[in-house]
Formats: sequence, C-alpha cells, structure tokens
Amino acid sequence: MLKVDSIKKGIVIDHITAGLGYEIFKELKLDEVDYTTALIRNVSSRKLGKKDLIKIDNVVDLDLDMLGLLDPNITLVIIEGEDVVDKIKLSLPKRVEGILACKNPRCVSTIEEIDDVSFYLANERTREYRCEYCDTPYYPKKV
Amino acid sequence: MIKGRHIIEPTDLSINELNQLCILASKIEANPDDYLDALKGKLLATLFYEPSTRTRFSFEAAMLRLGGQVIGFSEPNSSSVSKGESIGDTIRTIGCYADAAVMRHPKEGAPKLASKYSNIPVINAGDGGHQHPTQTLTDLHTIKSLKGNISGNVIGFCGDLKFGRTVHSLVKALSRYEDLTFVFISPPELGMPSYILEELTDHRVIEISSMEEILPELDILYMTRIQRERFFNEEDYLRLKGYFILTKKKLLLAKEDMIVMHPLPRVDEIHTSVDTDSRAVYFQQAKFGMFIRMALILKLMKGDDHA
Repeated sequence: MLKVDSIKKGIVIDHITAGLGYEIFKELKLDEVDYTTALIRNVSSRKLGKKDLIKIDNVVDLDLDMLGLLDPNITLVIIEGEDVVDKIKLSLPKRVEGILACKNPRCVSTIEEIDDVSFYLANERTREYRCEYCDTPYYPKKV
Repeated sequence: MIKGRHIIEPTDLSINELNQLCILASKIEANPDDYLDALKGKLLATLFYEPSTRTRFSFEAAMLRLGGQVIGFSEPNSSSVSKGESIGDTIRTIGCYADAAVMRHPKEGAPKLASKYSNIPVINAGDGGHQHPTQTLTDLHTIKSLKGNISGNVIGFCGDLKFGRTVHSLVKALSRYEDLTFVFISPPELGMPSYILEELTDHRVIEISSMEEILPELDILYMTRIQRERFFNEEDYLRLKGYFILTKKKLLLAKEDMIVMHPLPRVDEIHTSVDTDSRAVYFQQAKFGMFIRMALILKLMKGDDHA
C-alpha cells in the first residue's frame, strides 16, 4: 500500500472517477504550486471499484462549479488540524459562468467581448448544458 | 405585468399573458380608432442588423397606428455599428432616445445580450436561426382568432422541420397547451430535431413523410418552405418536393374548416390557386401579426392602461 503523509490543513478531493485525476490536477494548476500535493490514481474503492484522489496540503480556493462540471462524483473533504471538519458532495452545477466558451460560430458570444458567458443545465440525465445566448448544446466529457 | 419587460423568446410570456395580448389585439382590431393616440409622444427604435422588410414594416406599422413614432436603421452600414460599436454600447445609447427597441440580428443571442445592458424593453425580431417570438405570437393569435381555441386541435407542420426557426418556436410555445396532436410532415432528412420531440411527451405526435393521407385529420396545416440547398443532391429535391407542395387538388381532402398558415415569404410550397380558398389564411396571418405587435408594444410601454 502506498503511504502518503496525512494533511494538517487542506483539502482532499475524493471519489474522482478513475482516469480523471490527472486532468483535474492539471486543471487546478496543482503542477505549478510549491506546497505539498499528491495525485493518487487507481485507489481501490468500495463505491466506485477504482478511484483517483488528490491531496492538497494548503488552504486553497476551488471553483466548485468547474470541479462539478469535470466530475460530479467528487467529494471534497476539508481537513483542519489533521481532522475532517467538513465533507462537500459535488453535483452537476445548474449553471456555469465564465468557464465554457460557445462553439457555435453563429452565436453572438463569438463576435462580442463577453467574459461571463453562462451555460445552463438543460438535461441532468444526459449532462446537457446549453449556451445562454444561442442554446447550443454542450456535453462535458463523459465519465 | 408585461410593462418594461424584454421579449427575447416566446416563453418569456406566460399563457395568461399571451391570452391578455390576444384579447387586446382583438380589441384594437375591432376598434382601431380608439388607439390612434395611445402611444402619442413615444418612440420605438428598430435596430435591423440584417434586412427584413416584412417584420420591420409590421413593427413600424404597429407603432405608427398607435400614434407613436419610429427611429432606427434597416441595415448596419448606415449606423455606428459599421464603425465597430458593440451591441451593449448601441443599446445604451438608443435607450437615451427611445422607449423600446426592436432588434433583428444575424447572430444568435444578440437581442439577449442587448437586454442585459438595456434600460428600455428589447424585443427580439429574429436572431439568426434561433428565436423569433413575435412570429410565434402572430401564429398563436391567428389560431386563437380563427379556431377559437388553441387546445384540442390537430396541427400539421409541413416542410423543412429540421432548420425551421419559426416552426421550432411555435411548437415549443404550443407544447405548453393541453390536448394537442402534432403531425410532422417532412422528408426523413428534414425531420423535427429530437430535442424538440423530447419536449412533447405529454402530447400525441405523428411523424409522416406525405401530406395526403393525414390531410383529412388536420384542423390546422402550417406550411413552410423546403429549401433546395438543404438537400444532398438535386435528384432528391426534385423527387421529394412534390410531397410537400399544397395544391388545390390536395386541399379537396381537407376539412372544410381547416386553416392553412404560412409565415411568408412563400416560394412554391403553396400553389397560387390555393390563395382564393377560404381556408388559406396566410395573408390574414400577416394582419394578425400587426395587431398582436400593436398589443405587445402597447403593453410594454403603457402596461394595462389601455387594456
């Protein structure tokens, strides 16, 4: 069993769908920070069979909408003084703002400078989001 | 309360608000002289970033018949848009002069973007292939006026159902009413998109590729144009187009009180011999369009004062 030191004060991103850990690690730019982080892949899980997890030994602000969009299965475990003080179960956000860009060339967001384009969740089952301006569907990567 | 709102898509209005608009439109039609000065001193801006004679004339006629006045442009080259002005800046400037703005734009979502910056009501007069809410209001008002009710009808949609913005908006608006049967008549490659069919699970839906066999069942036939360029090849177009052209002979199969609607402009999907049939209501439909736009502008600018 791989041994990774416990966190004093920080966050564990748990229940990441196996295979997505690296992508999330990169998305959070954890490969650029100078504090302690760990990406652990293919951990045995009763719930998922296999999972990835990320340990961050620091207090950081995470964009929960972006994380939920990448993998709605994630649980965030908040650690203080080596104890778990909170668990946050993520889900698909109802709306994401400023994260996605519309790919429809006929959409107004492609010609005007708009920083905060919203996509709204149109169908939770199919994980379909739609651009607030042109309703073009967008499907986050299937997990 | 409709006053001061933006109208970007048909569902921005509740069924109750749609009913109120139709009632007001009928009142205006019955007694137009009562409304000659209803919007005296008010200004409507028509911002047409692409040409549209029909819709622009309908809005301008509506405003002028209410005693108001119109400013605007009918193509962007004659405005500061040609200098690269953003939609947000244009609408905020227009908001200093006018009491409401009508916008047509080739880019989808442009009127919605304008509404985010605007302190005056913005009415979407068509944004690319996306939404055209006042055409939908026109269609609903036509059905209510001529059939009495929207619910309880068997409505056929014929032609290019895949790319037809008018049809998509109308079907979405109709899906909020009860007891409707939707009949979609089109070549398989131009059928109704699945995301729209998914919204019709509470209704009866029939998909068919020839109009003759279903014509006797219909209360309303909504015709749209089949565009030659939508087909993969010329042979398919020539082979299939006949199935989707309404002729006087085909109309013999239809009910006596069926109505034939069309958003116009028509090309050859309705033979001109049909025009004299009392069931052909497409030119009447354009008139209903002006009255419902009058009702909408009046409500947006004055609220219930003239209702």
